[in-house]
Amino acid sequence: MIKLNASNLNFDTLNETVRKAKEDIEISDCLGQRFIGAGLSDKNLTIKGTPGNALGAYLNGSTISVFGNAQDAVGDTMNDGKIIVNGNIGDCAGYAMRGGRIFVKGNAGYRAGIHMKAYKDKIPALVIGGSAGSFLGEYQAGGVIIVLGLNSDKNIVGNFPCTGMHGGKMILRSNCKGVIFPQNVRVSPAEKEDLEEIFSYIKEFCDHFGFDANEILNAEFTVITPDSNNPYKQMYVGN
Amino acid sequence: MSINYIYPEFEVVRNPNRCICCRVCERQCANEVHRFDADGKVMLSDESKCVNCQRCVSLCPTRALKIIKSDCVLRENANWQNQTIKEIYKQAESGGVLLSSMGNPNPLPVYFDKILINASQVTNPSIDPLREPMETKVFLGKKPNKIERDKDGNFINNLPPQIELSMPVMFSAMSYGSISYNAHKSLALAAQKLGILYNTGEGGLHEDFYVYGDNTIVQVASGRFGVHENYLQAGKAIEIKMGQGAKPGIGGHLPGTKIVGDVSKTRMIPEGSDAISPAPHHDIYSIEDLRQLVYSLKEATAYKKPVIVKVAAVHNIAAIASGIARSGADVIAIDGFRGGTGAAPTRVRDNVGIPIELALAAVDKRLRDEGIRNNVSLVVGGSIRSAADVVKSIALGADACYIATAALLALGCHLCRTCQTGKCNWGIATQNPELVKRLNPEIGSQRLINLMTAWKHEIKEMMGGMGINSIETLRGNRLMLRGIGLNEKELEILGISHAGQ
Repeated sequence: MIKLNASNLNFDTLNETVRKAKEDIEISDCLGQRFIGAGLSDKNLTIKGTPGNALGAYLNGSTISVFGNAQDAVGDTMNDGKIIVNGNIGDCAGYAMRGGRIFVKGNAGYRAGIHMKAYKDKIPALVIGGSAGSFLGEYQAGGVIIVLGLNSDKNIVGNFPCTGMHGGKMILRSNCKGVIFPQNVRVSPAEKEDLEEIFSYIKEFCDHFGFDANEILNAEFTVITPDSNNPYKQMYVGN
Repeated sequence: MSINYIYPEFEVVRNPNRCICCRVCERQCANEVHRFDADGKVMLSDESKCVNCQRCVSLCPTRALKIIKSDCVLRENANWQNQTIKEIYKQAESGGVLLSSMGNPNPLPVYFDKILINASQVTNPSIDPLREPMETKVFLGKKPNKIERDKDGNFINNLPPQIELSMPVMFSAMSYGSISYNAHKSLALAAQKLGILYNTGEGGLHEDFYVYGDNTIVQVASGRFGVHENYLQAGKAIEIKMGQGAKPGIGGHLPGTKIVGDVSKTRMIPEGSDAISPAPHHDIYSIEDLRQLVYSLKEATAYKKPVIVKVAAVHNIAAIASGIARSGADVIAIDGFRGGTGAAPTRVRDNVGIPIELALAAVDKRLRDEGIRNNVSLVVGGSIRSAADVVKSIALGADACYIATAALLALGCHLCRTCQTGKCNWGIATQNPELVKRLNPEIGSQRLINLMTAWKHEIKEMMGGMGINSIETLRGNRLMLRGIGLNEKELEILGISHAGQ
């Protein structure tokens, strides 16, 4: 494990060091450096401090653990691997994520998990321990988004969740009374099978952040799925 | 309520003296226009299904067929034209947004046709390209502002990554999904043999085509389909698609019917599910945000790939380009309002955006005025139809051109403008395996090579005529252009004089 102090390092110098390293790295005093771990597959990162935007963009197999908060665009277009944030994250986490897992102990900002995808057994997952901002899962095309609402006095999700959703699944640990969903999704209380399906994600979340899975699961959950894979089919006429 | 009936647009004319009932037309037509009547032993047709793609006409062994425009039309009205009325009928019946394909077909001004090219006479010699060397090679990418040397006086290589092209033309973005496997293969093969680049479009890169990576531009669009680390590494350059000339300001919907087999796998979405590219990138609301995506791509590829930012030509394009030139992008691609599409709302295609000629002239001038022209290369598309359009574009300030419609025509497209149906009888804009195999990639690529080789000769002829032996000398050389029939404002924007001046 290489130890790297990030204070006074610009993002390009820091990232070049990360790219060239032959083993896992622990970055300390991280303060807003962007693009850390972009496209990374061959080593794992531990980050102490606050990494900047686009942490783990196009991540391709590495595990990134953050002890602090992270900013916008965590795991943008991530393909594989894992990002664990022991804090809150900014906007646009997991944009177009196509594989791997993101675990956030705290809250997420706007537009988390938009346009997530999935193909066969490659199913990305975004687990948010606290609450999520507006536009959660906009255009969701695949994958699993879980919001647990732990230790958060905010609503579990902001305005306009699931707009344009046409694939995948969202599970919110709430009865979702007061949340307004669009017409193109089905909203229902979670069945036993739904909770079994997400158990491994919850278990992993608890392992990382020290919660009790059974306690978390002992609550009301709501499942949201799209009602069509072809939301715009009826919208056009050939000319 | 009125009877909803629109008389077919085309008529299938079959010469009974020539028809031998071989039923080729029937087998060739995916729209099921033709059928054989066994009782009467004659071929019949349902012209209401005809899109005038000319497939049956081209394959009829006895030339018994022709497709003509029907003369059964509504009463003439200069304001309420036939097409306008039919569109209203369609919408009144369906409540649908009108959907069209390929570029804007309306008679709006084509500025290329109102620009004339210079030639040398007496006072400076023209050059014969058949006898003398002519350079058509171009390099796209950011150029350094100054030469740097180390303390011993040796050059320091401070050149950012460049794209080398044997001629200033590339094949523009068309996604796998909107066009077929064989069409993509034709483009890739031709690009490799020609020493130019083709563009994946936003549907990802089929695993069979990674071998053509050095001649591939991989695109990253708002839907991020097929984007992952290996894909980014595979190409020679990465293009961020912000907009498309045929549909500025809106995204794309590839219908679930085209998301089959390998298209589904390459895009990484389930079969039958719509592929939706949102109108904006939801992480880009400013030039600063664009800079973030540019740099995240550069970081992920260790600064080895030039990043192209593609935008549609719109009203404030010069200011937008100025912003992009400062975002860290290496190349700006601008797509004019006549650019093609696999499907776009008719109203957007025909009414949104501006001509590429004006956009290019405005952008080149703005970047030069601001002293940042060398920060980026300029690539233009949106109806480059010939070598003359290429020469005019270069002289207006472009580094290279993008062609797509012209490339599809070389592959057999007959511009019937019904790509959105997925029933392309020429095997191009379809995912139906029976139709796809009609396009032979070996023959297709050879036709693309022929077209580009011919254009290259023509470019050299025109350059030689002007007494110019290197395409770099032509770039931005607006003295070589004159306008014809253009008003003062148009000439001012194009930065050229009128013919006779």
